[in-house]
Amino acid sequence: MKTTYREACREALRDALTRDDRVFLMGEDVGAYGGCFAVSLGLLEEFGPERVRDTPLSESAFVGAGIGAALGGLRPVVEIMTVNFSLLALDQILNNAATLLHMSGGQLNVPLVIRMTTGAGRQLAAQHSHSLEGWYAHIPGLRILAPATLEDARGMLWTALQDPDPVLLFEHGTLYGMSGELDDDAGPVDIDRAAVRRPGTDVTVVAYGGTLGTALDAADDLAGTGIDAEVIDLRTLRPLDMPTVLGSVARTHRLVVVDEGWRSGSLSAEIAARVAEEALYELDAPIERVCTAEVPIPYAKHLEEAALPRRDDVVAAARRAVG
Amino acid sequence: MGAFRMPSLGADMDEGTVIEWLVKPGDQVHRGDIVAVVDTAKSAVEVECFETGAVGEILVPAGEKVPVGTPLAMIGAGPAPPPTPPTPLTTPPGGVTGVAAGKSAKPRRPATPAHPPPASPPVRTFAAQAGVDLATVHGTGRGGAITRADVQRAAQSAAAVPAEPQPGRARVSPYARRLAAERGIGLPATPGELVRARDLPGGNGEAKAPPPPAAPAARHDESMRQAIAALMARSKREIPHYYLTATIDLHTAIEWLTAYNRTVPVTARVLPAALLLKAAARAAVRVPELNGHWIDGAFRPAAEVRLGVAVALRGGGLLTPAISGADTLTVPDLMTRLRELVGRARGARLRASDLAEPTITVTNLGDLGVESVHGVIYPPQVALLGFGAVAERPWAVDGLLGVRPLVTATLSADHRASDGAVGARFLHTIDTLLQTPEEL
Repeated sequence: MKTTYREACREALRDALTRDDRVFLMGEDVGAYGGCFAVSLGLLEEFGPERVRDTPLSESAFVGAGIGAALGGLRPVVEIMTVNFSLLALDQILNNAATLLHMSGGQLNVPLVIRMTTGAGRQLAAQHSHSLEGWYAHIPGLRILAPATLEDARGMLWTALQDPDPVLLFEHGTLYGMSGELDDDAGPVDIDRAAVRRPGTDVTVVAYGGTLGTALDAADDLAGTGIDAEVIDLRTLRPLDMPTVLGSVARTHRLVVVDEGWRSGSLSAEIAARVAEEALYELDAPIERVCTAEVPIPYAKHLEEAALPRRDDVVAAARRAVG
Repeated sequence: MGAFRMPSLGADMDEGTVIEWLVKPGDQVHRGDIVAVVDTAKSAVEVECFETGAVGEILVPAGEKVPVGTPLAMIGAGPAPPPTPPTPLTTPPGGVTGVAAGKSAKPRRPATPAHPPPASPPVRTFAAQAGVDLATVHGTGRGGAITRADVQRAAQSAAAVPAEPQPGRARVSPYARRLAAERGIGLPATPGELVRARDLPGGNGEAKAPPPPAAPAARHDESMRQAIAALMARSKREIPHYYLTATIDLHTAIEWLTAYNRTVPVTARVLPAALLLKAAARAAVRVPELNGHWIDGAFRPAAEVRLGVAVALRGGGLLTPAISGADTLTVPDLMTRLRELVGRARGARLRASDLAEPTITVTNLGDLGVESVHGVIYPPQVALLGFGAVAERPWAVDGLLGVRPLVTATLSADHRASDGAVGARFLHTIDTLLQTPEEL
């Protein structure tokens, strides 16, 4: 069936709310307004205010409440409007959700799922446009997911809800309107492995979330010039599926990492370091990284575009790597 | 013109002797041709070249022993150049390859005298640019360090002996460096220029061995004994072995083999050993924890199965050539490979490709009548499988006593890399596979 990323996210929520009555959704404007990105539109009418709960503007409070509900046996899905505002709940996420299992000697799991929007590209300026999922991928005790396709938007939520520990789902804001074909019987997907979205032989391009499309577009351009790029979608940012990345590098001997985070200390740095640690003797060229310029994301459209990883930047990096 | 170098034919080889040249200056050779026979500590090996072109001068005459990496001859495109007087090769302390002046790439690590006079990196660079050998410079800096002024003086002084300008270290990609080392070829680097895999002789591909011409067999008794002694002592010193033994009923397998052998000419008959090897190779795929190497304190699983086969030589001694991809060969093909391999090993005519590092080794002493072999692992492998003789013995099946052909399989495994349960799974897998020989 023809659908959009937004509808796939909604269908995943509807499916979870239907399947398991311990599941409920809460967040700012998820109920009456239908979600600030219209993901939960209609769910309040369908499931009622106990299952779809509007919260005050207090990330720390409602994430903390979600942690408490999870400890109490429910399966909360907490929506945070954007990753920028999740910093207000960072104390709850890091100091409680991610650590309670460890600090309770393995007695207290926190089966919580937090969804949030990430990324730039919509002229929402610096306070609504950053990509901080790499920070969260730094935290032991969390699992970090980045659905970049309709299948993953539809399928990752249920698998995340089965995880006894906290899972963060990052939905890139530019993807909600992405439309395409989705199988009528699309359902849960695995969240353990990266996926080769396009096989190739000359250069490995690693991307995730909002940059997957950029990488695939760049691969199309490269194919026109006789460079066969393999595009890998990380899908899970913590724990990283390094075997898939290393296997690809062992075939292509060249690596380009595309990351919408800022270059310094980004997830791209972690991937580059691990490949250098574990596959140095497969590398036939220096590792290339295509990241966001180290500035607060500008509001002006042309400046915003200039700051983000662009198709042409990926093409140029791949060309340098192939030499 | 590129240098054809003394290849490394094994992890433990650091020098080799050219026994015989099979080409002479002016000959045209193609990539993969066998151009020389090299004597290692273990056997005479026919060595292929990776370039196509005319043979230039022979730099190392037959009979000479040189370190791995030493240029042996020049091979290149175009007509052969007129022979020039051979450049003497120097081997500085530490066994570092000398450089044929102006012709070949620098060795991987520049040779350093035992106590180099201290000089800062910028001064070193300056000396290299000025063509001044730092070993000839008197240092006037702190603690005898060589200063820029010292180098300048040495460069202007008529007494100073100018060295060949030492260009900077070649920039070679890690992957290209690894491939070059694996193929035993030098890096065709004009230092300063970037070398990638595609710039190597042979490019990204794998070399294929052509049919070998006859090569003289050499006697290796003493050096081979020494090589085996060193390796086996190291194994027992470093590897905590554990041993597991399983008796396998070959009733079905031997029946199947007998039926198969009735359908083929005598020369194509398959021996039980081929079935055992095939089962071992397939089991190594299913239990990858035993297929690979223990390197730098960690187990590195291998991507494919290169099955080492221990071959006892007529005059004493032992070689373990490898069958690559043994798990993918049909049993008749495996038998053919085994015959060829044993023939080449005993005829001291192994090819470089036979000497690829095995990922797991099988030793089969059944033809000598032993019941079981508790073997010693070949480092850095992590497992060795020993088969005893296939013999008819009393055996209980379904509560009845019968006479069955049995074989005792013994696994020696490295306890650092795996535990007994893994080894047990491996032996059990071999047993299971041998119960359906038609599927092997």
